[in-house]
Amino acid sequence: MANLDLSKKATALLGWVDDRFPLTSNIKTHLTEYYAPKNFNFWYYFGALALLVLVMQILTGIFLTMNYKPDADLAFASVEYIMRDVTGGWLIRYMHSTGASMFFVVIYLHMFRGVIYGSYRTPRELIWLFGVGIFLVLMGEAFFGYLLPWGQMSYWGAQVIVNLFSSIPFIGPDVSEWLRGDYLISDATLNRFFAFHVIALPLVLLGLVVSHLIALHEVGSNNPDGVEIKKNKDPVTHVPLDGIPFHPYYTVKDLVGVSVFLIVFSAIIFFAPEMGGYFLEANNFVPADSLKTPAHIAPVWYFTPYYSILRAVPPILNSQFPGVAAMGLSVMVFALLPWLDKGKVKSIRYRGALYKKWLAAFIVSFLILGYLGTVPSTVWGQFGSWLSGADRATVIARIFTVVYFSFFIFMPLYTKRDKTKAVPERVVY
Amino acid sequence: MKNNMKKFLLFVSILASVLPIFAIANEEVALDKAPIDSSNKESLQRGARTFVNYCLNCHSASYMRYNRLMDIGLTEKQIKDNLLFAADKVGDPMKSTMDKKEAKGWLGVAPPDLSVEVRARGVDWIYSYMRSFYRDNTRPTGWNNVVYDKVAMPHVFWQLQGEQAFDHETHKLTLVKAGTLSVKDYDSLVANLVNYMAFMAEPAKAKRQHMGWFVLLFLGALLVLTYKLKKEFWKDIK
Repeated sequence: MANLDLSKKATALLGWVDDRFPLTSNIKTHLTEYYAPKNFNFWYYFGALALLVLVMQILTGIFLTMNYKPDADLAFASVEYIMRDVTGGWLIRYMHSTGASMFFVVIYLHMFRGVIYGSYRTPRELIWLFGVGIFLVLMGEAFFGYLLPWGQMSYWGAQVIVNLFSSIPFIGPDVSEWLRGDYLISDATLNRFFAFHVIALPLVLLGLVVSHLIALHEVGSNNPDGVEIKKNKDPVTHVPLDGIPFHPYYTVKDLVGVSVFLIVFSAIIFFAPEMGGYFLEANNFVPADSLKTPAHIAPVWYFTPYYSILRAVPPILNSQFPGVAAMGLSVMVFALLPWLDKGKVKSIRYRGALYKKWLAAFIVSFLILGYLGTVPSTVWGQFGSWLSGADRATVIARIFTVVYFSFFIFMPLYTKRDKTKAVPERVVY
Repeated sequence: MKNNMKKFLLFVSILASVLPIFAIANEEVALDKAPIDSSNKESLQRGARTFVNYCLNCHSASYMRYNRLMDIGLTEKQIKDNLLFAADKVGDPMKSTMDKKEAKGWLGVAPPDLSVEVRARGVDWIYSYMRSFYRDNTRPTGWNNVVYDKVAMPHVFWQLQGEQAFDHETHKLTLVKAGTLSVKDYDSLVANLVNYMAFMAEPAKAKRQHMGWFVLLFLGALLVLTYKLKKEFWKDIK
């Protein structure tokens, strides 16, 4: 007994598992021998953080489901029951509601990283497409989840969005009735949205996240220089010269990012869970009432740029469909980036002034459209009679909608004409 | 590159801070700021008494249990002896005994549940509203309100506040018939009530904020450790 070698015993067990399941080889492929470029910067925290928020949403969601009642008569009260009578319920609920908004914060920053460093370019098109899929499913997940508290904003927000589908020519009205399961948002709608929110979309989301990571680990990570680190390998070990093992280097680095993120996250949860009405809207503390339309219906902040585009496009032949189509396109168009970008370089570090100007215009329009989506279109008053008294905010939203789409439409032209700088052989560290 | 990122973040923060300035305030009525202090137990208890004696006759607060009042320093006996009129057990929720259908017949709308009213309207709104009733004989109840025009609710505190008149030209309220309370005492009665309603809207708030400091302290320490750990590992990377 004295000679018992614990490490050998562990190896023996691991050996037994490895004969039956690729445990060690998976740990190597995805962690200890996954070589990531050593020059990741601030923007590279958000992928790991998105994964963290996903896990947190699933865990808090499970506990919420234990006490929530998907019933039009009970839903609102059951949320307040969680907030008051369930032990730690308020914390779980605030983690989930704040997590929803922070998920979008993290995802938007993650997408922005992809855009500025050209992470969608060859050979990473599929990673990007899986990512756009994740973004779309996440939007659905947020939309379905938002109905569940059954407050006024839940109800009328869902009403507005489902009604968008009725503007589709010919089949529209039937489609929206089919989505609702009723002629208006009702108990039937709440039940199906609950099913979508807690099982259907999370399953799809997990599948897409796994695919996103598998594709990433197949081709390797991009980096702020847009240099392929696999082009410079050690002749003996075949390890990229500028690559370092993801574990331990990036696991410990991401822990720093996680610590900072959790500080921000906790500051919101414990001191400003409503975030001034942006994360939890005041009107959603009024139970849903199908007879009382709120004066101002605004979506949650993460949908507002697209909502602005919807409102900005004028109806054609009395049909709202062009606006709905524009809104759909404004989200889907991200999927085309790998084929629209004809730039000679990937990273913004080596792009020319032309590209940077277009990108700046896009950022400005995204933010202004986002802001305008949170307020009524009368917010900035009206123009004089020379513009037949049109709402200033609407006209400005129209201009920025055009800028938003121009960024994509003209991308093949300006990225080709852009005067790029020379890209170094190796990453800058 | 670090510099570029800083420039970008600066740009975003400037944009974010400038945008709301363009927003033209479309608030029709200027609200008074509610002078409340959530740590003042006496004020909370006074507010609870006013709520139970007046509001609870018509409005429920059905997500709020009586025994939660122990959070503001009351004992179970105090609650039973002084506040428990409309229920039998201290664990019961604060429900009005008024029948909803009848209430709708009398007032036109059933009085809404007030459990989370503060979260829907804000403390300033309720503080201003409760002080803005005025005589208006064109209304079925004889009362109207500056903050909520043509409100269905009559002025429940009229004996305490007295009667106000509203000048539609100057938009000013004046006290025309004094009540049993002075203006100062009436304002503090309403402030206590609003203070209590804010507590009732989120009873866990005090605990939440108290806990928050410890969580942040822990995470601050965690950040120091993870940062040092990262430095230790990364010193090999050249």
